[in-house]
Amino acid sequence: MEPRNSGGSGRTVALDVFRYLPDAEDEPRFQRYEVPAREDWVLLDALGYIKDHLDGTISYRWSCRMGVCGSCGMMINGEPRLACSAFLREWFPGPIRVEPLTHFPVIRDLVINLDDFIHKLSEVKAWLVPKEEKPISEGEYLQTPAQLAHFKQFSLCINCMLCYAACPVYALEPRFIGPAAIALAQRYNLDSRDGASEERADVIASQEGIWECEFVGDCSRVCPKHVDPAGAIQQAKVTDTTDWYRSLLMPKGRQ
Amino acid sequence: MELVSHDILIVGGGGAGLRAAIAIGEENPSLSVGVVSKVYPMRSHTVSAEGGAAAVIKPNDSLDEHAYDTISGGDWMSDQDAVEIFVESAPKEMLRLEHWGCPWNREPDGHVAVRPFGGMHKERTWFAADKTGFHMLHTLFQTSLKFNNVTRYDEWFATKLLVADGRCQGVAAIELRTGQLGGVAAKAVIICTGGAGRVFPFTTNAAIKTGDGMALAYRAGVPLKDLEFVQYHPTGLPGTGILITEASRGEGGILVNKDGYRYLQDYNLGQPIDVHDPRHPQLRTMELGPRDRLSQCFIKEREKGRTIPGNYGDIVHLDIRHLGEAKIDKKLPMVRELCRNYAGIDPVHEMIPVRPVVHYMMGGIHTDREGATPLPGLFAAGECACVSINGANRLGSNSLTELLVFGARAAQSAVRHAAGQSAPARDALQAQVNDEQRRIANRYFRPGKGKETLAGLRAEMNQTMEEGAGIYRTEASLRVTCEKLAELRERYQNAEIADHSLTFNTELTTAIELDNLLEIGEALAHSALGRKESRGSHQRSDYPQRDDVQFLKHSLAYRSDGEPPRIDYLDVVITRWPPGERVYGTKK
Repeated sequence: MEPRNSGGSGRTVALDVFRYLPDAEDEPRFQRYEVPAREDWVLLDALGYIKDHLDGTISYRWSCRMGVCGSCGMMINGEPRLACSAFLREWFPGPIRVEPLTHFPVIRDLVINLDDFIHKLSEVKAWLVPKEEKPISEGEYLQTPAQLAHFKQFSLCINCMLCYAACPVYALEPRFIGPAAIALAQRYNLDSRDGASEERADVIASQEGIWECEFVGDCSRVCPKHVDPAGAIQQAKVTDTTDWYRSLLMPKGRQ
Repeated sequence: MELVSHDILIVGGGGAGLRAAIAIGEENPSLSVGVVSKVYPMRSHTVSAEGGAAAVIKPNDSLDEHAYDTISGGDWMSDQDAVEIFVESAPKEMLRLEHWGCPWNREPDGHVAVRPFGGMHKERTWFAADKTGFHMLHTLFQTSLKFNNVTRYDEWFATKLLVADGRCQGVAAIELRTGQLGGVAAKAVIICTGGAGRVFPFTTNAAIKTGDGMALAYRAGVPLKDLEFVQYHPTGLPGTGILITEASRGEGGILVNKDGYRYLQDYNLGQPIDVHDPRHPQLRTMELGPRDRLSQCFIKEREKGRTIPGNYGDIVHLDIRHLGEAKIDKKLPMVRELCRNYAGIDPVHEMIPVRPVVHYMMGGIHTDREGATPLPGLFAAGECACVSINGANRLGSNSLTELLVFGARAAQSAVRHAAGQSAPARDALQAQVNDEQRRIANRYFRPGKGKETLAGLRAEMNQTMEEGAGIYRTEASLRVTCEKLAELRERYQNAEIADHSLTFNTELTTAIELDNLLEIGEALAHSALGRKESRGSHQRSDYPQRDDVQFLKHSLAYRSDGEPPRIDYLDVVITRWPPGERVYGTKK
């Protein structure tokens, strides 16, 4: 992002940025950069300033700069945040420590490897499996505003991975499906058009971790879109427990 | 890296690319599909689209009205045969999205709801609050995960089209994680890489919108069509350029100048009625006029000294306060979120500062109605392509629908083409990949003269585009810009990068993106220089009238090595709607 062209007081703020260049160096290190302490800059502006004017070798992901593409998640003074919506002024006078999201392998600098999440999205069948097939020629599936509201919140996940960086269970048990993928599974489970919640429940419950989640709620606290993945996990647990009791009372095939 | 091959390769994982991948998966799951994208698909810029997607669905509406609105909105530069296909396919495509789970807003009875949009005679814009692009993209991405025949190459950056025996047969692309250049071969290639808004300084476009696919095709000899038509959206946030959706006006928002006056009434867009009148907002009137006209009104208003000075240039105000908190939260939650985060105001209580901002390229890779380019085996869809349905000015909410309709059509064409092709010419393609690898190594990984910086060149490019090829252009301003761009392309040869590592080298990708942008900027400025008339978004102060005798024609920019682009012309297809006057503000 180009530095914007007004304001500025000549003050600077220090950024201590995590650097890891696997081609050249064995160990990660922190590198300090001084950037203008602009009231209207977000951290992403500061990183753009570094890349354009101080050090072109710094690597990070970014794109929309408006909090919707989910690219620029990173740890800012220890908190998982989107760099495009974290104003520098929150941390004045600094210094500000900038690190890649925790709990993920680091590819380079602030760039993490999110293969695990991409794989888990497929595992939980994060797509609509229609309860009943209906040809396009017969028009839309009807869905009332209330039915839409039932799942809408969980559909707002931007896959930014902040919740995984905040999750104490994922830190210890990488096989845990994790907050965002469970929220997205729940998004389809709760959709009046969908009929695959049992298949998804099997996957979620069979994996390690869900029962270790103690509803600390850090995932929901850091979510920039107020998706409330902790709520989704809790719902999934309740559903699974209910299913378990039901399976004891009623053998499969009889409801 | 070993050459990999697929039946069909898609470059770009946004809305058009994913729709194409799904179309192939549904049509013939035995075909193998590769999707090369420089970002994870859900990061693509489709995600930022806000207001909605147009398709006729309500009984009071008709395909002919959607076609007429599109054609008149495009100032008769749209190919009408393509528009007819577009409006006819649109409802089916939108229903498909619904069947895949897209969370469209609904009427109380459960049917899909629609909202009014600029330049449209009827309410026909489907919406998912004001995060329509986000929901469409994630619905497409998640749906695409179902198809086992689709292999994704996430974070692979395509640098060259592979062309052998006169046919496009794949791309060379850098796997960003390893820095290795690999060849991905295919019997047909579909480019879906989006627009190039980043050639301008002030744009709604995401950082990734650098015209990569357009540049790939252009370098392979494919012409870029109608590039002079650049859409300025009338309501961007000053400073960042973040978009405030047209839906804010569709829901009843108004534009006022420094005196609180609804200035659009002075520019032949009809008369205002009170915001509390149940007839407000009136379709195709005032704030629901087309984007080109509204952005031009801002410039006129600024010339009259009736705009408001701000930290980032002059602004006007978008006022949605009268909608009330409940409606804003239900229909425009993202507008409120963006205003709070990036403008430091709450639109429930305060007016939103806005100014015109580069938003969309009507032009792009020359394709026919089937998405085919003149290069056999190469197809294109979405913003990077120019079919053209958008003509000289795209109507709001047509682009999301376009990427579905033409993403699917290009896929079907590619499938037909691939069926007749033999296996890729592996040896010839591998040799081209090796050449490309040497080119990149020699160009970017050796110490050079190093006088120029990427940021410096980019800033000069941005500045000359805005100064010479902005909302109003002249022969003189465009000539200066053309010369400046030629100079910048020359100086680019002296740009050096400091990062010589292979792992996720974003300085390298930034450098290649700048090369692409310079290429596109030059084609754009020369196309604008050639069009000596004013039409839609292309306003020439020295030629203020539309000239159907000479210029009812698409421009085609061909690249020529070491020379300025050559501009050729192609007649616009007129079927049922002879060129007429664009009338807004009165019922047709």
